[in-house]
Amino acid sequence: MTENLDVLRQGIASGRLKTDELVLNMGPQHPSTHGVLRLELVLDGEIVVKIIPSMGYLHRCFEKHAEAMTYPQVVPYTDRMDYLAAMNNNHGYALAVERLLGIEVPERVEYIRVIMAELQRIASHLVAIGTFGMDVGAFTPFLYCFRDREYILDIFERTCGARLLYNYIWVGGLSHDVHDGFERDVADFIRKFRPTVTEVNNLLNYNKIFIERTAHVGVLPADVAVSYGCSGPMLRGSGVDWDLRRDDPYSIYDRFDWNVIVGDGAAGTLGDCWDRHMVRVGEMEESCRIIEQALESFPAAGDIAEAIPKRIRPPKGEIYTRVENPRGELGYYLISDGSANPFRLKVRGPSFVNLSVIDEISRGHLIADLVAILGSIDIVLGEVDR
Amino acid sequence: MGLLSQQYDDGNIVLTSVEGVLNWARLCSLWQMSFGLACCAIEMMAASASHNDIMRFGVLPRPSPRQCDVMIVAGTVTLKMATRVKRLYEQMAEPRYVVSMGSCSNCGGPYWEHGYHVLKGVDRVVPVDVYIPGCPPRPEALLEGWMRLQEKVRDFTIVKEK
Amino acid sequence: MGKTHEEICTYLSELFPDAGLEYDDAVPCINVPPALIREIALQVRDDAELAFDTLMCLSGVDFGDGTLGVVYHLDSMSLRQKLTLKVTIPVAEACVPTVERVWRIAEWHEREAYDLVGIVFQGHGDLRRILLPEDWEGHPLRKDYQVQEFYNGMKVPY
Repeated sequence: MTENLDVLRQGIASGRLKTDELVLNMGPQHPSTHGVLRLELVLDGEIVVKIIPSMGYLHRCFEKHAEAMTYPQVVPYTDRMDYLAAMNNNHGYALAVERLLGIEVPERVEYIRVIMAELQRIASHLVAIGTFGMDVGAFTPFLYCFRDREYILDIFERTCGARLLYNYIWVGGLSHDVHDGFERDVADFIRKFRPTVTEVNNLLNYNKIFIERTAHVGVLPADVAVSYGCSGPMLRGSGVDWDLRRDDPYSIYDRFDWNVIVGDGAAGTLGDCWDRHMVRVGEMEESCRIIEQALESFPAAGDIAEAIPKRIRPPKGEIYTRVENPRGELGYYLISDGSANPFRLKVRGPSFVNLSVIDEISRGHLIADLVAILGSIDIVLGEVDR
Repeated sequence: MGLLSQQYDDGNIVLTSVEGVLNWARLCSLWQMSFGLACCAIEMMAASASHNDIMRFGVLPRPSPRQCDVMIVAGTVTLKMATRVKRLYEQMAEPRYVVSMGSCSNCGGPYWEHGYHVLKGVDRVVPVDVYIPGCPPRPEALLEGWMRLQEKVRDFTIVKEK
Repeated sequence: MGKTHEEICTYLSELFPDAGLEYDDAVPCINVPPALIREIALQVRDDAELAFDTLMCLSGVDFGDGTLGVVYHLDSMSLRQKLTLKVTIPVAEACVPTVERVWRIAEWHEREAYDLVGIVFQGHGDLRRILLPEDWEGHPLRKDYQVQEFYNGMKVPY
């Protein structure tokens, strides 16, 4: 495929092939834009010359809602931003308000939060891997990934009653204590889940067709990634060793022994779609390791509600808190004026920032490659538009 | 359905109306537009994945509105999106059906009060056949909604009443 | 961890003696005059001792007292330090020079601040609304925002 492309490029460069640019609209209803994203593609034949992304088709006014709600009422709205990683969103918001209030949460709550956040990370990566496979033409891994994701959702459902949007991590604590047998359920899941990674490796990740579709495609050099503020697997896939759980530690992540997965360009060029994908695959195993260690030292008993404030009115001030979401750095910039509602809550969504690089890395590729690039960025439109 | 599973005395002959056969055939192969808006789309994906398998109802996701019978509006419809939803609906061939999945597309959901950019119910732009409550509805709820839609298709008649 | 805000402010004040940089202890952050934000941004990015290579977040804020603000949260991956810069402007002249060419991501963040808070970034190459439709009225995150009654024939409030 690349050779044909070279022939085309040579023809155009030498002036033997006369071409004209055309504008093609992709989305907002398109199966591979992962929601309601619209891309205006400026094309030279089938080659992408420029991309003008249009967002806002899912702008649900989160920041306005935050100003109109009290602090605990904002939590369900954070769920609905990045709806594939609701636990992590809750966690970031709870941390921001807790730091402004200056409260510490009990040990048991921290452990439950970390286990939930890591389970959610696995669930989110499973969706990313499954849908990425589907984008480039592999349907079966999608079914495997969703099967295992359902096991995680079952655990969440037993604990807090919801499958997708939990409203679980509250300011100062949690909405419910974990159910009886939680530790056994999680350990069971990890045991069942590990073989899936091997299955997906065999089916998808080391499949020759898949590598052909993703290696050398959408290469994101490290300096461009940093200048665009990319984070998460997008940044690590480009070889930058940066993970907020280790580099700006929050909660109790510093107690566990795990590795930051970084892309190495094993199948193609460093920072291509395959690298980004493999960072996600590797991170699922690291999340399993964190969960196992957390289960070993899990405090058997404790009141999860003891630090939940009766009345939340943070003192006047402002804070920027960030957590490592499955998609990257999720930041909350919170300004309090001393009242019961946040004065201003700005969200720095990792999908929004990661998406901004698409024009830069897609130029010169075919439209079919653009689908692979978009899948490897793994955006959630709820968070791009908020 | 039961049409073919029952045993008949006269061998292979079934007596029914043309309408009955047509409706039976249609309700068993309602094709869905693969079109997700927000959180509910994830539950819609879960409904078509391994655990719930909506395809056993004859549902086939099609990316083009021209090949679809049903549009599932799964998620928040914003004002910017509303005109596009209407346009997609207009591109579908008759008879066409709309399933409104989740509170947001039913009535604006949690965004009804302060959501300055949220359409307060998709029924303000397109006619809706089945409403599924929930935020988001479980995949089981989507299946239940689907069966309600099938009931509606079963009762469809093209014969004019006198 | 790297330098504190106070040290960075002293360091920058030596480089820009006439700028009138103010260190705000409460937040902490450095208040920068709007006209100088681009020079300061370039300085903190390229200076080897500061090396703020990433713009984590750029937020537009309506303080509700007749002033708007732009808050820049910067991060240095190599030196492990963070910095907050703040620019305050009156509502009547909501104009700030762009930092689009300093950090590439600022392009989208500034478009968002323009869309929702109504801050104009001078020199921005493509300052259009990013989330709301082009023909939307007003900037929703202004404290005095009034929702329009109809958009495109559709009723906006419930």
